Amino acid sequence: MPGYEVHEYDVLVVGAGGAGLRAAIAAAEEGARTAVVCKSLLGKAHTVMAEGGIAAALGTVDPDDNWRVHFRDTMRGGKLMNDWRMAMIHAQEAPERVLELERWGAVFDRTRDGRILQRPFGGHRYSRLAHVGDRTGLEMIRTLQQKAVALGIDVFMETTVSRILTDAGRVAGAVAYRRESGELLVFRARAVVLATGGVGKCYKITSNSWEYTGDGHSLAYWAGADLMDMEFVQFHPTGMVWPPSVRGILVTEGVRGEGGVLLNNKGERFMFNYIPEYYRAETAESVDEADRWYTDKRNNRRPPELLPRDVVARAINSEIKAGRGSPHGGVFLDIATRMGREQILRKLPGMYEQFLRLADVDITKEPMEVGPTMHYIMGGVRVDAETAATTVPGLYAAGEVAAGLHGANRLGGNSLSDLLVFGRRAGLHAARYAASLAQVPSISGDEIEEIANEMYAPFHCADGENPFSIQKELQETMQDLVGIVRTGDELKEALRRIQALKERAQRVSVPGNQQYNPGWHLAMDLRSLLTVAEGIALSALERKESRGAHTREDYPKEDPEQAKFNLVVRRNSDGEPVLEKVPRPELPEEVRKILEEA
Amino acid sequence: MALRTISIYRGDSGGGRFVDFQVDVEEGNVVLDVVLKVQAEQAPDLAVRWNCKAGRCGSCSAEINGHPRLMCMTRMSMFPADRPVYVAPLKTFPLVKDLVTDVSLNYQIAKTIPPFQPRPPDPDGLYRMSQEDVDRVQEFRRCIECFLCQNVCHVIRDHPENKARFYGPRWFVRLAELEMHPLDTADRRQLIREMAGVGFCNVTKCCTEVCPEHIKITDNAIIPLKERVVDLYFDPLRWLADRLKGKRPGAVGAQQ
Ligand SMILES: Cc1cc2nc3c(=O)[nH]c(=O)nc-3n(C[C@H](O)[C@H](O)[C@H](O)COP(=O)(O)OP(=O)(O)OC[C@H]3O[C@@H](n4cnc5c(N)ncnc54)[C@H](O)[C@@H]3O)c2cc1C
Ligand code: SF4
Ligand code: SF4
Ligand code: FES
Repeated sequence: MPGYEVHEYDVLVVGAGGAGLRAAIAAAEEGARTAVVCKSLLGKAHTVMAEGGIAAALGTVDPDDNWRVHFRDTMRGGKLMNDWRMAMIHAQEAPERVLELERWGAVFDRTRDGRILQRPFGGHRYSRLAHVGDRTGLEMIRTLQQKAVALGIDVFMETTVSRILTDAGRVAGAVAYRRESGELLVFRARAVVLATGGVGKCYKITSNSWEYTGDGHSLAYWAGADLMDMEFVQFHPTGMVWPPSVRGILVTEGVRGEGGVLLNNKGERFMFNYIPEYYRAETAESVDEADRWYTDKRNNRRPPELLPRDVVARAINSEIKAGRGSPHGGVFLDIATRMGREQILRKLPGMYEQFLRLADVDITKEPMEVGPTMHYIMGGVRVDAETAATTVPGLYAAGEVAAGLHGANRLGGNSLSDLLVFGRRAGLHAARYAASLAQVPSISGDEIEEIANEMYAPFHCADGENPFSIQKELQETMQDLVGIVRTGDELKEALRRIQALKERAQRVSVPGNQQYNPGWHLAMDLRSLLTVAEGIALSALERKESRGAHTREDYPKEDPEQAKFNLVVRRNSDGEPVLEKVPRPELPEEVRKILEEA
Repeated sequence: MALRTISIYRGDSGGGRFVDFQVDVEEGNVVLDVVLKVQAEQAPDLAVRWNCKAGRCGSCSAEINGHPRLMCMTRMSMFPADRPVYVAPLKTFPLVKDLVTDVSLNYQIAKTIPPFQPRPPDPDGLYRMSQEDVDRVQEFRRCIECFLCQNVCHVIRDHPENKARFYGPRWFVRLAELEMHPLDTADRRQLIREMAGVGFCNVTKCCTEVCPEHIKITDNAIIPLKERVVDLYFDPLRWLADRLKGKRPGAVGAQQ
C-alpha cells in the first residue's frame, strides 16, 4: 500500500457548494481549525448553476410577506411531510442570511427604492426570490468563496472523500484521494460536515452534473447514519428536450416567474386543467385573472403555471402522453409573446444564450420546448433541526444532502436559503462539538489500509467491466422504473437490476494509471450511486400512496395513514439496507394555527 | 448521426501528442459531448474538467482548432464535417494531463486581493443601492472564472516570467468590481499598480474577445483601473498627504 499524508483539523467540511462554504465560514468564525474538501475546483460546485433565486421573506416587493407565510408555503408545498421545526427555522432565518450575503459583497438586482428585488416563483404566495438575473447561484457561491478566502480557510480542491472514519461510534476523520495524482490523504477530524449535494447521476435525464453521485448520502449511510424520505425525488417540470445531447439541462422556473406560460400543441394554457383541489382557492380561474396577477397581486390569484413543481411536472407528463406535446416530446414554454426583447435579455440572459447556442432557438422570438428532468432529492441524511447533527456523534449534514426541510416536494428558491440557514448551523454546532471533545478520536492504520485496497482494486482487476457501462445501465434503470410515475412491479424489477449491478460493480477495471483518471474515479463513485439508487427504490416501494413528488400509479391517492410516518433507511451489520417507519410528531397547536392562516 | 474525427491532445508534463478518435456525432452535439463520449466508450482515463454543460461554471475551457472556447458551448456543426476537430488544453497554464491544466496560480492571486470592506449600513440596518449604480459591478460579477482571458493575454502567454508580476485580465475584472462597488471603502490602487501590474497591459483587447460572458474587460475594467492608478500617482494633494504621513506611494515607474 502507498504512503499517505495526514492532516489534522477540528472541523472537516466535505463539499464547497453553498452549504459547505457557509458551514466552513461559521466553523472558522467559531475558532475551529477548518478545512473544506471538494471534487471540482473552488467555485464550480452545483450551487454555481442555480438560476432563479433565493427564497426569503424580506418583503421588499410585497410588504405583506413574512416568515409565517413562507413557513406555511413550504409546509404546504412539502405536503406536510416536512420537519416542521426545520421549516420554521428556515423561514425565520433566511432573510438575515440573505442580508448577510449583501454585507459580504453580493449584489442582488434592486427595487426602485434601492432594496433587494424579489421575483415570484412556484408555490410561494408572494414575490419572494432575491435574485441576480438568472445567475443567482453564481452570485452566491462567489460571495461565499471570497469570504472563505478572506478568512484563510484551507481548501483541498479536486479531492474526493471516500470514507468517513469512526472511533467507538464517533467521527474520527476521513479518507480521501487527490484526483490529480491519485494519492491517498487521511484527515483526522473531530467533526465532519457533509455538504455534498445530490444524486442526479443515478438518472439518465437530469439537470445535475457528474459530481452528483450521492457521495454524502452514501458516506453517511456507511458510517451508520439514517437516510430519510429517499422516495421523494423532484422532477423539475422544465428541462430542455432538444437537441438530444442537452436533454435535461435546466430551464429556470424564473421564466414562469417573469410571466412565461406553458402551452400544448393546440396552443392551450393547459395548466388551468390541472389545478388540484388543495390549491384551487389560491389559483386563478381564468387567463385574464392570471395575467392581471403580475401587476395586481392583492386582487387576483396566482397563475397555475406557478403551482408547485410536482403538480406542473405531472401535468406536462400527462399532456405529452395524451399526444398534445411538442415535436421533440415536450411542451411549449413561451416568454416571447409575454415580454419585450430588451426585458428578456435583462432578466433571463443565461436562458437566451443557452437556447440560442445549444438549440438554435431565439427565445425572444419563439417558444422553448421543455419537459421534466430529474433535479433534486428531498430525501437525505436525517438531521436534528437545531444543530444539523446526524445520528452519528460528530457527523453533521446540510444542504441538499440533508433531509427534512422540504418534505415531499421542494419549492423553488428554498434550496439556496436552506444552504445558508442550515450550512451555518451545521458549521457552528460542529465547531462547538469539536471544542467539547476532551481528546482527538483515534484512527486505525489497518482500517485505512483496508480502505485503500478497495479503492485501488480496479487497477488490479483484469478484464473487468467498464465503469461507464454500469453507470449507464443504472441510469436507464432508474429513469425507466423509478421515474415520475411508479408502480410496485416496476420498483421490484428496479431493485432486482440494482442488485445485479452491485455485483457487477465489484469487478470493474480501468486502464491507465492513477493520474487524473476519470474512469477510476467513476469506479469508486459506483458504490455511492448504487447505495442511493437502492435507497430510493426501496423507499418508493414501501410508500404505498401518491404524495408530493412520489406518484404511484397503483396507489394514486394520498393516504392520511401514511402521513403519520417518514421512511428511514439504514444499514444492518451485513451492510444491507433495512427500512423503518418513523412516526411523525403531532403538530403543536400554534403551528397548526399558522398553517390554517389564509 | 455521422462518423467524425476528433483529435484530442493526450499527454502530461512530460510531453504528448494529438490522438484521433472516430465518434458518432448526433445532431446538436457540442464538443464536450463528443469528448465525454470518447471518455465513456474509448478512453476512460481521458482527463477533462466539466460541470454544468451550460456555460455557467467555467470548467471546460480548451483550445478548439486553435481558438480558446468553452467546450460545452461550442457546437460540432461549426466546423467542416470532413476534417478533424482538434481539441487541446489551454496553453498558458502548465499541463496536468490531457485537457486538464494547473490553474492554481489564479487561486493564489485571489488570496492576495484585499476583501470587500463595506461602509456602515443605513440607520435601519439595510443598504440601498440603485440598479444603475450596480449595473457595472454586476457585469463584472458575471465572470465564471473560465480563465480563457488569462489564457490569451500575450503578457503571460508569451512571457511566462511575467506571471509573478502581472495578475491578468480576470483579476483586473475582480479588482474593478471591488473598486466600483458602491458600498466598498478599501483602496487597492497601490496593489493594482504594483503587484497586479496593470501597466503591462497594452490594451490589445484579446481578453475581451474571448470572454464567454461578454464582459468588456478592457474598456470597462482595465482602462478605468489604469485611470484610477494614474489619478493616485499624479494627485499632488494626495502625494503631499502621503509624504506628510511618511508613506512612499510605491517606487514610481518600477514594477515589482
Ligand atoms: C441547474 C440548477 C438550477 C437550480 N436553481 C436553483 C434556484 O434557482 N434556487 C434554488 O434554491 N435552488 C436551485 N437549484 C438547487 C440548488 O442549486 C442545489 O440544491 C444546491 O446548490 C445544492 O447545494 P449544496 O451546497 O448542497 O451542494 P453543491 O453546491 O452541489 O456542492 C456539493 C459539493 O460537495 C462536493 N462533493 C461531493 N461529493 C464529494 C466527495 N465525495 N468528496 C469531496 N467533495 C464532494 C462537490 O465537489 C461540491 O463542492 C438548482 C439546481 C440546478 C442543478
Ligand atoms: S487587453 Fe490587456 S489584459 Fe487584455 S489581453 Fe490585451 S494585454 Fe492582456
Ligand atoms: S472575465 Fe470572462 S474570460 Fe475571463 S475568466 Fe471571467 S468569464 Fe472567463
Ligand atoms: S461545463 Fe460548465 S462552462 Fe462548460
